[in-house]
Amino acid sequence: MSIDRRKFLKIAGLSGIGMGLSAADSLIKGKAHASEESSLPESGVRLALVIDVGKIRTDEDYKRITDACHSIHNVPNIPNTKHEVKWIWTDTYEHTFPDQTNEFIPTEMKEKPFLLLCNHCAKPPCVRVCPTKATFKRPDGIVTQDPHRCIGCRFCMAACPYGSRSFNWVDPRKYLDMNKVNPDYPTRTMGVVEKCTLCVERIARGLEPACVEASNGAMVFGNLADPNSKVRKILSTHYTLIRKPAVGTQPSVFYVIGGGENAG
Amino acid sequence: MLDRALKGSKGYWTLVIILLGFIGAGSLAYLHQFNNGLGVTGMSRDVSWGFYISQFTFLVGVAASAVMLVIPYYLHNFKKFGRIVILGEFLAIASVTMCMTFIFVDMGQPMRIMNVLLYPTPNSILFWDAMVLNGYLMLNLVIGWATLHAEKKGVPPPAWSKPLIYLSIPWAVSIHTVTAFLYAGLPGRHFWLTAILAVRFLASAFAGGPALLILLALILRKHTKFDAGKEPIQAVAKIVAYAMCANVFLIGLEFFTAFYSNIPSHMHAFEFLYAHGNLVPLMWTSTILALLSLILIVPPKMRGNETVLLWACIAIFISLWIDKGFGLVIGGFVPTPFDTVTEYWPTLTETTITLGVWALGFLVLTVLYKVAISVREELGTAGPPK
Ligand code: SF4
Ligand code: SF4
Ligand code: SF4
Repeated sequence: MSIDRRKFLKIAGLSGIGMGLSAADSLIKGKAHASEESSLPESGVRLALVIDVGKIRTDEDYKRITDACHSIHNVPNIPNTKHEVKWIWTDTYEHTFPDQTNEFIPTEMKEKPFLLLCNHCAKPPCVRVCPTKATFKRPDGIVTQDPHRCIGCRFCMAACPYGSRSFNWVDPRKYLDMNKVNPDYPTRTMGVVEKCTLCVERIARGLEPACVEASNGAMVFGNLADPNSKVRKILSTHYTLIRKPAVGTQPSVFYVIGGGENAG
Repeated sequence: MLDRALKGSKGYWTLVIILLGFIGAGSLAYLHQFNNGLGVTGMSRDVSWGFYISQFTFLVGVAASAVMLVIPYYLHNFKKFGRIVILGEFLAIASVTMCMTFIFVDMGQPMRIMNVLLYPTPNSILFWDAMVLNGYLMLNLVIGWATLHAEKKGVPPPAWSKPLIYLSIPWAVSIHTVTAFLYAGLPGRHFWLTAILAVRFLASAFAGGPALLILLALILRKHTKFDAGKEPIQAVAKIVAYAMCANVFLIGLEFFTAFYSNIPSHMHAFEFLYAHGNLVPLMWTSTILALLSLILIVPPKMRGNETVLLWACIAIFISLWIDKGFGLVIGGFVPTPFDTVTEYWPTLTETTITLGVWALGFLVLTVLYKVAISVREELGTAGPPK
């Protein structure tokens, strides 16, 4: 093989008919994997959550966090699991990280509940497939939704690899105590999809997401694009997991596993 | 020409009234769904598409299959398809009508369906599907009508219809390819995330659609004066045979990739469908019918016997309907993103609506076929070809 690597890559790049110039370009630069590209946006903001699973211990801790979200957002409590609407909930390690488990993980991990919510993916498939732009990504990275535009096709539910979206199979208002609803937040109608919005309405007022506030420091909110932000500091000093990295959506929700003392 | 649909025999009107009855029942069931939400169906947070979307997917194939008659007739000048090609085009019209109705009844907010056009979103495959389906409906309406009109007048089809006919060929392929892309581009749904999905869709469509057409042609021969002729039916049967072989082969490829690679996420859906879910009996019925149909339709001697052919076509139609009109969509949603299993079974309301939509399609088909056959009866070209 006398042909050197640069030359080879150039030829490969040039002969890549139909590969698109940018693909050839990244090939020459040696960046073959899209997932290695920076996911940081031009806007300079990518909002994210870090969940330190070790710091949430009791059932009450979990309930306080999920209730905080569901009560202020008027999320109905529908007993039929087929029709339920949930923005943030818990599930097992195996269900949360189905492709990152082995049969020998510590029992405490196996038994510990994990908080699940929309990942506000940097490359969200739910946005990619929505035919009406009802689901869209804001420049700050929040993936949110206009329920008034949603036609209820549920394509986004098929596309989300994390089961983060709920559909209003029935009238949600029948499952809300209308005397107790939060008057500052709308209730939804039948036939539309909904999910965690990363508390856009609170962020606009300079507040942190409700679940973060209720977590007593177990959840941290911040800007991934800012190297000095709290979230980046945790991510650079702790071992964290994201859900299903193989599908390339680049989640903005990170799970601190084991804590700093184990990471070092 | 449409006035010919208003004069018919007693049998014709009985059929129309039965179909109207089913449509009525479906409409009532839909009203119930409209008022109470899609919660009246068997769908759930985990299996968010069900019977409606799978019927839609299956029928896109039936619609696309018209091209299997258009190509030989117009491109290869295979004259023998002269009298049957219009049956294919009208079948396409009826199928696309059903497709669109199935999409409509599946919407959570049907009154907002125009949002797809008001906020055109080129990155959504659903947008393109709406475009190609509407286009295909228009193409077939115009072509079918123009050729029948010309036939009635005893003149060759108008010159402008030629380019439209040629356009309809890639267009037919596109409707089923785009429909496959609805599924094949979704991360995390391993059952659908396969590059051969579009090819599989086309193979099964080119078997299932023409099989239905043969059944229709045999029914027409029995109950009307129209006879498509033995030779064209045999030619279509040959197409069905080849396409069915390709289809079975392609499904075999999926099994190989999933099980030889031994990657759990690729095997899960197959295990659910064929080993431990509630669809197991259905899926095995589909498999057995598929293999049986190959024995019946591949050997020329068997195929040449029209009774054997009839049963082969019934077997193929049922087999593919189960595979695509049921297993494909459900298999994709089970297992869930959490690696759990949520079973799905359509409710009575859902089934009634589905039957209503099928009845609507058959009504459209009946009316269109009635017009085509009446025209030919008047021309004296309805009987068996010489
Ligand atoms: S987690 Fe699902 S719903 Fe949330 S942004 Fe990602 S793909 Fe969309
Ligand atoms: S259900 Fe609503 S949000 Fe989801 S893809 Fe359809 S229109 Fe978009
Ligand atoms: S970020 Fe806001 S909307 Fe999302 S789960 Fe937390 S509280 Fe709910």
